[in-house]
Amino acid sequence: MTASTTPLPLARRRFVLTALAGTTLPTLGARANPRQVADLIRAVTGATPVQTGKVTLDLPVLVENGNAVAMTITIDAPAGSVRALHVFADGNPLPEVLRLRFGPASGAPRLSTRIRLADSQTVTALAELADGTFWQDRVELLVTLAACLE
Amino acid sequence: MVRVLINAPKQVRAGQAFEVKLLINHPMESGQRRDTFGQAIPREIIHSITCTLGGQEVFQADLFPAISANPFLAFWAVATQSGDLTIRFTDDQGTTQTDSVAIAVV
Repeated sequence: MTASTTPLPLARRRFVLTALAGTTLPTLGARANPRQVADLIRAVTGATPVQTGKVTLDLPVLVENGNAVAMTITIDAPAGSVRALHVFADGNPLPEVLRLRFGPASGAPRLSTRIRLADSQTVTALAELADGTFWQDRVELLVTLAACLE
Repeated sequence: MVRVLINAPKQVRAGQAFEVKLLINHPMESGQRRDTFGQAIPREIIHSITCTLGGQEVFQADLFPAISANPFLAFWAVATQSGDLTIRFTDDQGTTQTDSVAIAVV
């Protein structure tokens, strides 16, 4: 009896695992996910809590073309008081977008650039201030024509 | 050599912040695309940019494939004395290029 009952659950387990692998693994390979972004943020901040505010992430909510999306980040802090800026996109193949360190000749903690967005997703801007605090802003946006496809 | 446009005021006041716009002519191939034969197109991006003004750092940025082709960066700098605004960037082939414009403090 024991010999005939044990193979069945194992086979079922294998079936469930392969079924899961078929559904979730290809999407994991193609796109980043919010957990990866959370891990990246934790790698930057360590144990320090991240607060919302001070950072303004300016992105269109509806993006027609994901190949070049104008992005402006303004940090409400005096020049010289912002150590670093990170941008993450949780729906891109690679979640990191930009990492920037402000130097002593920086005139204002403000940056504009153009980014690629592969899908409708949430973009996070994280700023590290000289006093050791972390501030973030998030924008959830809709992309109608995705980048990286052709 | 790639074409670089640096748009900055020629004359600035000491201690007054001014905006600099930078445009680099570069495909920023993300490494995520495939050609018509289904072969992956290798990644070829500018991954690092450093900007200095009179030897002092304005910013140092690490770029990832999510930066659009022909990367555009607009940022703010401040000068205390006349000097060169220098942009130095490195691509995936290890080529480093330096471009600069003179900024005069009046």
